[in-house]
Amino acid sequence: MELALAYSVIRLDEKMLIEAARRLDVKLTLVRMEDVSAQAGERPIEADAVLDRGISQFRSFYFLKLAEDAGIFTMNPSEVVRVCGDKFLTTSAMIRNGIPTPRTSMALSPPSALEEIERLGYPCVIKPVVGSWGRLLAKVNDREAAEAILEHKDVLGGYPHSAIYIQEYVEKPGRDIRTFVVGDETICAIYRTSEHWITNTARGGKATVCPVTPELNELCLRTAKAVGGDLVAIDLFETGNGLSVNEVNHTMEFKNSVQPTGVDIPGRIISHFVEKARC
Amino acid sequence: MTQDCPVCGADITNNGLMMNELVPCPECGSDLEVIELTPLKLDKAPEEKEDWGE
Repeated sequence: MELALAYSVIRLDEKMLIEAARRLDVKLTLVRMEDVSAQAGERPIEADAVLDRGISQFRSFYFLKLAEDAGIFTMNPSEVVRVCGDKFLTTSAMIRNGIPTPRTSMALSPPSALEEIERLGYPCVIKPVVGSWGRLLAKVNDREAAEAILEHKDVLGGYPHSAIYIQEYVEKPGRDIRTFVVGDETICAIYRTSEHWITNTARGGKATVCPVTPELNELCLRTAKAVGGDLVAIDLFETGNGLSVNEVNHTMEFKNSVQPTGVDIPGRIISHFVEKARC
Repeated sequence: MTQDCPVCGADITNNGLMMNELVPCPECGSDLEVIELTPLKLDKAPEEKEDWGE
């Protein structure tokens, strides 16, 4: 069986996966997505299974669709990229499956967004529906800030900014939780601690180990199932009413989490990919 | 084997680099991408796009 890892650029995460495959004696062919083209229905790559490590969600989605249409096993599948890559589709999946998540609204113009923000109350958070690493998140403290941000989105944003995703601001104890789900197990978790309200490690949040309690594991497995993902990283808030799922990531970044958790995350990913590809 | 950083000219050594690997320049901090291995050739890394991430 031919196994491939598809990428756009090789970051430390991909290098750790490649090293894990070597260690586990798994032969992986590296495929750069930008080099791929194929007629619909034809095989885009000579492999039986492919692990998606694309950095561009848009490219990953179409690459995986091409692969799936040609009968190639994909992990995660394109549908997971579609759902996790769009914050509102993720929220929708949480709500449909009864998973606790912050109150969220969608508005389709700046005036309706302003109405919705006033209804939700201040502070609240405006996020782009597509995006990662804490990019373009805006905490809105009052009406004047809301008007300014909505005007900027209207004038400067591309078409994805015409769908305005508004979320209640959740008071956190200076941290949130990032968990790593591989198959039917939450293999480890970290706290991401920051003095800033944005706690992403890409934005300077510090990673320390977080125990995986039965409650956390059960919620994360339900969340992974709700988005259809076998390999997902889940961001959660600790609230007065319990855990709340904020976001789900389809191409988990783990380089900052191996050391604090002591878990061989890349090794677990490769082993799971091989096991599922051979089923 | 070394290659000059295309931004600041600092020497960058090939210590097990891979094709398309992202490397920060140790001098100026610019993000670079390996575009050839033999001989080592580096270019500025592609700029972060709106759909990049996890």
